[in-house]
Amino acid sequence: MGKVQTKSEIGKEFDKDLVNRFLREMILIRRFEEKAGQMYGLRKIGGFCHLYIGQEAVAVGSILALDLKKDYVITGYRDHAHALACGMDPNAVMAELYGKSTGVSKGKGGSMHMYDAERHMLGGNGIVGSQIPIAAGVAMKIRYRKEDGVVLCYFGDGAIHQGAFHETMNLAKIYNLPIIFVCENNHYGMGTDYKRVSAVYDFSVMGAAYDIPGKQVDGMDVMTVYKEMSGAIEDVRRNSHPLFFEMKTYRYRGHSMSDPAQYRTKEELEQYREQDPILILKKQLVDGKLLTEEQYKKIDDEMKQLSNKAAAFADESEEPSPDALYEDVLAE
Amino acid sequence: MPVITFREALRQAMDEEMERDEDVLLLGEEVGQYNGAYKVSQGLLDKYGELRVIDTPITEEGFTGLGIGAALAGLRPIVEWMTLNFSLMAIDQIYSNASKTRYMSGGQFTCPIVFRGPNGPAEFLGAQHSQALQSIYAHVPGLKVVSPSTPYDGKGLLKSAIRDENPVIFMESELAYGWKGEVPTEEYLVPIGVAEIKREGGDVTLIGFSKPVKMMLEAAEELEKEGINVEVIDLRSIRPLDEETIYASVRKTNRCVVVDEAWPFASVGTHVGWLVSKNCFDDLDAPVEVVNSEDVPMPYNHSLELAAQPSVDKIAAAVKRVLYL
Repeated sequence: MGKVQTKSEIGKEFDKDLVNRFLREMILIRRFEEKAGQMYGLRKIGGFCHLYIGQEAVAVGSILALDLKKDYVITGYRDHAHALACGMDPNAVMAELYGKSTGVSKGKGGSMHMYDAERHMLGGNGIVGSQIPIAAGVAMKIRYRKEDGVVLCYFGDGAIHQGAFHETMNLAKIYNLPIIFVCENNHYGMGTDYKRVSAVYDFSVMGAAYDIPGKQVDGMDVMTVYKEMSGAIEDVRRNSHPLFFEMKTYRYRGHSMSDPAQYRTKEELEQYREQDPILILKKQLVDGKLLTEEQYKKIDDEMKQLSNKAAAFADESEEPSPDALYEDVLAE
Repeated sequence: MPVITFREALRQAMDEEMERDEDVLLLGEEVGQYNGAYKVSQGLLDKYGELRVIDTPITEEGFTGLGIGAALAGLRPIVEWMTLNFSLMAIDQIYSNASKTRYMSGGQFTCPIVFRGPNGPAEFLGAQHSQALQSIYAHVPGLKVVSPSTPYDGKGLLKSAIRDENPVIFMESELAYGWKGEVPTEEYLVPIGVAEIKREGGDVTLIGFSKPVKMMLEAAEELEKEGINVEVIDLRSIRPLDEETIYASVRKTNRCVVVDEAWPFASVGTHVGWLVSKNCFDDLDAPVEVVNSEDVPMPYNHSLELAAQPSVDKIAAAVKRVLYL
């Protein structure tokens, strides 16, 4: 994983600003979530809080390949990273975690329900696989209105056995929907190793029964993710058909904040830490002379500050007013 | 005024709304080429084409969710469930997505969608195909729930449901599809959330909705012969519930019977009974009676299945109970 490219190789394929954005977004997500974890420990954040740490290359490498004026993103409950990669304000995302009125969903959604209608981010769904049919409906709108948008539908290795996934793959194929199914295989559906509960270990074959091409991608290498997804998005934009990707990735933290993750060994965790998507990109850029240690540290400091500021913003924000309880149940 | 069937009235509603608004689509099992399992969508595929009248595979969760996604993205789909019994395969999509996305997103999204199909027992269909599931849908905040009893209300309410910005569960009745009634040719809407007094009377208020309203009116006719004047209220909408009309009537008659063809435990009928008991406590001269289906799965045998459901006799007997007759 993460083969070293020379500067000229990276430069040929990637715009320098884009590579810089990869790094900045991934570090932002990492530092933001570390902050969220810390604030959870201080009980500023409650309930379920599923951290994405380790998986950053998937959300960043794929969402940065979209045009969110016409494309859409929808995901499951591990959604902070997707929200941030869509360009949602870190302050408002953190405030949502705090349940404050300034949160993206006015404090009524919480960790699992980050939405942004303007940026075409449709959540944040707390039921495993429940967002998958919804994604197909958004793709149906695109096709019906003859637009050229694409829907990126994210879900985990736990969701792939749900009926909703299989039903939607079939629907997407028979209606030629412009949708890319992205399975983020982080190895564990909550505490269960995917190999213990799956008839196949290579999920890329899952599309075969529905005549949907599938591919396994190294989800720890942001440039690989971006390259694969850019090509796929172009293809779907032009040809309006579904595609399927399995992103091989790993989460360092437990399923949620309450999970000590005793189902895996220290050795396994250490092995994956060496494949950290941020370290991989950093090494590629430093080796390619596109980044210095000082520049890296500067970005890292900036993202830590952004995260601290987001926590301060959330802390100082108002609670929702009691009237908010009955607001937005129905549309007028 | 033309007299047409319930199914024709519903078809007219969909046809007129599809004509009026290009964002209205119809999807479900057998809605297109087959012209609808109960022929409600007859002719719509020919008129609007397969981009707007969409046959789906038998995957209720999948196509229900697909409809919700299309609604969240700006279309106005009508999802036909062949029967409400099959909607149980899709219930996560209704409970977790259609009814909650607006709230969970802090009001950023609207979900203008109609889920329609026959609900409640028909004949000889056995336990799995005879369920009256209104309680399940009426339970959820974020949904509107409608269940008309006449072709006129069916058309007017379905048009309102299609234009509504919220998810609407629209419950029809298999046995009522062939019922006939007057439906004007000029356009009209029946507002969601407004009950109708079908028959005025001063002795007892009889409240119900959907197919049983016909039985309630028959019971009222029978009781009239015995000198009992029954006021019959057709709720038409379950959510929002027209409490004002209910309470005004009970405050006049001081007695109340509620009819609901669902099971008794935690039903719409028992809820309305509780509301009346609580809000008209000082006006009531007798405890509120509720006529539900019997608390059993529906048997196949015809005598038994009729015995399981509300009937004219059961309703009349309940009316007499609240009159201490």
